[in-house]
Parts: sequence; C-alpha cells; structure tokens
Amino acid sequence: MNFAQLIGDWHALAVLFVAGVVPNQIWRMLGLWFGGGIDEGSELLVWVRAVATAILAGVIAQIVVEPPGALASVPDVLRYGAVGAGLVVFLLTRRSIFAGVVTGEVFMLAGKWWLG
Amino acid sequence: MALPPLDSPQWQSPWRAFAWGLRSITQTILTIVLFVTYLGIGALAHDTHFSLLWALCSTLFVWAGPAQIILITTLGSGATIIQSAIAVTVSAIRLFPMVVSVLPLMRTPTTKRRELIFAAHLTAVTLWVECHRFLPQVPRERRIAFVHGLGCGLVSVCLTANTVGYFLAANLTQTLGAAILLLTPLSFLYSTARNSREVADVVALTLGILLYPLAAKMNSGLDILVSGVVAGTIAYGVHWWREVRA
Repeated sequence: MNFAQLIGDWHALAVLFVAGVVPNQIWRMLGLWFGGGIDEGSELLVWVRAVATAILAGVIAQIVVEPPGALASVPDVLRYGAVGAGLVVFLLTRRSIFAGVVTGEVFMLAGKWWLG
Repeated sequence: MALPPLDSPQWQSPWRAFAWGLRSITQTILTIVLFVTYLGIGALAHDTHFSLLWALCSTLFVWAGPAQIILITTLGSGATIIQSAIAVTVSAIRLFPMVVSVLPLMRTPTTKRRELIFAAHLTAVTLWVECHRFLPQVPRERRIAFVHGLGCGLVSVCLTANTVGYFLAANLTQTLGAAILLLTPLSFLYSTARNSREVADVVALTLGILLYPLAAKMNSGLDILVSGVVAGTIAYGVHWWREVRA
C-alpha cells in the first residue's frame, strides 16, 4: 500500500461530504437551532426512532447476508451461527455487549478452524 | 478515578475541566465498545476500497457509527449518491432529539448558541449516555469544556481504531480479516439491543433484520430504506396499539 492509496481521490471525499456529512449534520444543527419546543415523547419521534432502528438493523443484516471483502470467505452457516451464538450469550449475561461479541468471534474462528 | 467535588478549585480553569473530560474516557466500558466498532469500520472501509484518509474524515466529520456504516455499505454496493444520502439522513434523524435533550444540561443563562456548536457536533449515542452520567458531577459553567474534552478523547480513540483496523484488514490473513469485519455487525446488534428499552424498539430491530433479505430481493437500490420504513412503521403500530389498549 502506498501513500497515494491511503489518501485516495478527491472525488470520493466529495461524495463523503455530499452523501454523508451534510445529511447527517443537518439534524444536529436543527437540534441546536430549534431545541426548545420539542417534546421528546412525541408520537412523530417514536416513529422516527423506530424507523432509524430498523434501518440500522437492515445494515447489520446486509453485512451478514451479503458480506463485504474477507468476510465473504466465511460460509453462510458460520456467519449466521456466530451472530446467533453471540445473541444467546448476550441475553444470558444480562445484556453484556462484550460477552456477545467475544462469543460470536470465537464461534466463527472455531468453525473456520474446524472446517479447515 | 473520581471527579473532584463540585466546589473544588480544580474546576476553576476550563482547561482543567477539559482534561478531566478527556480522562473520563477511561471510566466507561463504552470506550472499548467504540474502539471495537471503529476497528470494524476501518476494516470495512479497506475492504470496500475506500482510502484511509476517507475513513478518518468520515469519523471526524460524520461522527456517527451507524451513518458511517450505512454510507460505506450503500456506496460500496453500488447505490447512487442520492440513495446513500437518503439512507444516511433517515438514520441521522435520531440525533435531533439527542441534541435537543443533551444541550440543556450544559447551557447557562449566558451561553451563546455558537458556544454549543462543537458540543452539538460531538453528540452521538455514547456521548449522550455519558453526559447524563457525568454532567451532574461537573459544575454547570465548566460543562461545555468537560464535554469538549470527553468528546475529543472519544474521537481520538475512534481515529486510532480506524487506522489499526484499516491496516489489520490490509495485512492479516483472510480469516483474521473476516474476524475484524464481523466486529461491526456484532457490536452494533448487541449495543442496539441493549439500548432497546421499549417493545417498539425490539420489534423494529427484529423485523428490520428479518425484512432486509426480502427487500433485497426487490433489487430497488433502496433495500435498506424499504425494509427500514416498513419494519419501523409496524413497530410504531405495535407501540400505538399498546398505548390504545393501556
């Protein structure tokens, strides 16, 4: 990997600002500007939160179902199994994120090793 | 490490307050969760062919893990700029109520709006949680400086994690590279599940995962938005139905 690859091209950085920075920051600045009169428990915000959570869930599913890069080398059953095993341990340990992540990783690596 | 008492002379200098904020990142497990998540984001950026500078800029200027992952995965899977921007902005709406609820904790009667811009930028779920925990122990007139310190500390941790993750993905064997990439869905799934206090949140999370593969079959380029709006609306319906019955 050389220096130019680490910097990348300006077009990609422009896309980052148009598709990432502006659509994200606009909500923080609106919060700063119109802060006062919004009721946190309003029905609209409940719906917005539910949609935002479901979108994030979709992204999680996308990474596992259509894995990018090196993750594509892991068989389907191991990827789904890792998420499931981690979830079980997460729930059993009274919602320890750390225990869930470690379990999922160990499941995937052990499975890879076992399958050769 | 305990913060000094509210009337301690330690709080007289804003720089000391900044330093206390910076040091407070060692007082929370969420720092490790963030490190692990951003390790994954660095690796994801590498495997989706973004540059390291791009990944670091996204952390500095977007500063919202979900938005960064949505941006990388949508752009990486061939979505247009408009499609990515819509998915990012919908995921970012949740920042609005967060900023609205956290800024009053730092405001004094003489605080100008521009003094809060950087604190608003730093607001994301981790900072929001930690503000509610730490700020009652910080004198009100030093809270902005404290939050700046806390936020800068967390951003530095994430920039480091991005860089480490990027180089690990570039240099590790395929299996270990896969392990780093797997960190992202695991840490996001469990931290979102942990933050899900109401039934609507749990329904949104579960349905959002189950509906995505169906939406992906339609191949509209807006798969995540379609499954997200449908699952989120059903979750809201469940919430509404429970309210009506109660």
